[in-house]
Amino acid sequence: MTVATDDLEALVERASAGVSVDGLRLEEGDDGYRLATPADEWTGLTEDELRDALEANGEYVTNWRYWQETVGGAGTARRAFLRWCERAPLADAEDETASAPWTGDDGPAALAVPDRYDALRDGIDREWGQLAITARFVDVDDPDGERVYDLWHVDDDADLADLEIHDDPRDAREIATYDADGRYRPLKTAPTLPGGWAFTGLSGDDLVETVEFFYPATVANWHRELRGNLDVDHWLETAERQTGIYDVIDELPREAVAWMAEACCVDSQCLRRREWEYEAGDDLDADGGDGPFPCREPCSLVVAAARKWTTLESEEEHTYELELTTSEINQLTELIDAVAEGRTDEIREADVYDGANRYRARYLRAKRFDDEGELEATEVDD
Amino acid sequence: MQALVIAAHGSHLNPDASDPTYAHADTIRETGAFDEVREAFWKEEPHFREVIRTLESDEVFVVPLFISEGYFTEQVIPRELRLDDWDPDKWESDGTSASQATLEAEDVGKTIHYCGPVGTHDAMTDVIVQRAETATGDPDVGDGVGLSVVGHGTDRNENSAKAIEYHSDCIAERDRFDEVKALFMDEEPEVDDVTDYFESDDIVVVPLFIADGYHTQEDIPEDMGLTEDYRLGWDVPSEVDGHRIWYTGAVGTEDLMADVVLERAADAGADIGDAREAVRELAASVAEPEPNAGAGAGD
Ligand code: SF4
Repeated sequence: MTVATDDLEALVERASAGVSVDGLRLEEGDDGYRLATPADEWTGLTEDELRDALEANGEYVTNWRYWQETVGGAGTARRAFLRWCERAPLADAEDETASAPWTGDDGPAALAVPDRYDALRDGIDREWGQLAITARFVDVDDPDGERVYDLWHVDDDADLADLEIHDDPRDAREIATYDADGRYRPLKTAPTLPGGWAFTGLSGDDLVETVEFFYPATVANWHRELRGNLDVDHWLETAERQTGIYDVIDELPREAVAWMAEACCVDSQCLRRREWEYEAGDDLDADGGDGPFPCREPCSLVVAAARKWTTLESEEEHTYELELTTSEINQLTELIDAVAEGRTDEIREADVYDGANRYRARYLRAKRFDDEGELEATEVDD
Repeated sequence: MQALVIAAHGSHLNPDASDPTYAHADTIRETGAFDEVREAFWKEEPHFREVIRTLESDEVFVVPLFISEGYFTEQVIPRELRLDDWDPDKWESDGTSASQATLEAEDVGKTIHYCGPVGTHDAMTDVIVQRAETATGDPDVGDGVGLSVVGHGTDRNENSAKAIEYHSDCIAERDRFDEVKALFMDEEPEVDDVTDYFESDDIVVVPLFIADGYHTQEDIPEDMGLTEDYRLGWDVPSEVDGHRIWYTGAVGTEDLMADVVLERAADAGADIGDAREAVRELAASVAEPEPNAGAGAGD
């Protein structure tokens, strides 16, 4: 462990104001310096003795330097996120009460400084939606406490040599614009982020900026949730706030709002975890998903779609009469399901056992559609 | 610390709609005038609703990348930014004179300087003129040339027509072009009849739109008769009724737009140092005539 003289001097200078970071405590009193780590405690130290003691606890010194001098930003979402990346306790000091998302049932436990330093030599891996993030030391053989971050797609366990390497956070904007089939991704948290790229050796600031370009505002809202002040706007509040052509969406029946959440907000469609409900105290049955970052209010895509559903739901229901065999009605079910799951591309041409097979669908159309290209059905009054 | 937020419309369907916003934000990032620069959108992310909380700065300058005062700048953006004390009267505007209003964003407790839209700023006049220069590849364009500023029109009950007329008048006062005319898509005088309004053989047509899209790349070129079908593209210039029409699409994509954004923020009290000079230099260097400027814009 290298402790730069500058770091040591800077820390000694701060002693009079008191230092408390990640288990390291340092104070200057009338009877000399008091220094404490979770493992040891020294009192009445002279300045030279203090230097010796700090030298022997170099990990705490460089850790202090990284968090206080390089990262800074006490209380910011940026700092909390970087701490999450290396499984540091959320609060800088050993705060038993600090809630930490990585101490939950399935998450890994927070690490104290010596364990974290061991882990940072190999790299600490985290996942944020479809992003895999590794925090590591710049210099693994002789670490000076400086961290860097690598970022790539969770599905790319390929060699770095096979990935396109980036170091400018703004490149994330282009990567996130299209899916692997070249289609536009208006919802950034759709689970369709393409792979094949890596950001390597990012500074903490650049990492957070890159993550924000991939998944805007997720870090800020995650941080608010951690601190217990996430401000959720439920469906009705959001709907009632709309003006112009979206003014109508507060008329969408509650039942339809639930169908909408089931259609749009599940993990297969969106990695945000839906925290909004119909109204405070009136929860929707639909599952909110398991994403690491919360969704605090219906997004613009859902609001736009809701406008369409509001119109559709205002229509009356009718009874229709049409001729179908049992297999044909089953086939309609299979067709709707395949389209809803985005599965149509996967159905092989010769797989005529699947009701959503293209030949099967074309056959049904040839048999049951009239000359106008519509399903032959008669509306039955009453 | 001070932050700049560029607030734009964006699109669920067309990924190019946000390109000018990103380009101008990047130009301003390069100047280093703001500690943080952020794009925000109505239809993309980060949404207006959440953008302020992603900033660490306490002083935030919000510049709407919109053409006119109206529904978006007076209702949607302030509401979505949670500027509770907002009232359009705070801009004390006649429709083209909004400068800024200082407010609190309720959810984050930050000071927001909410600026008027870029489209009505005086500096926009320069951008329109620069557009004419880049379109023709002639830095001295003007003599013997007519200029038309084209807008949507009033169908959306905005001050859109006012902004178009305002800049047309400002350019006319400069006596640089032989003729200047405001034309519209949805009201008289209409851009369809562009050649009826000019005697000059050469006419530069500059649509006052933020981003290229349906109107600037499909409607307007077809309406003016530059092309039968926008998908075939058009020449710059194109011959129409004995006139040569120089048309290259939305003025909002012009590099000098970043300067208008900066001016809006500076007018609201942002400390931008010499960022404007840097941006103007950059815009001038890229405004060098391109050999095939705008050719086949529909490709
Ligand atoms: S409203 Fe639903 S689809 Fe939209 S971001 Fe939230 S969880 Fe995702």
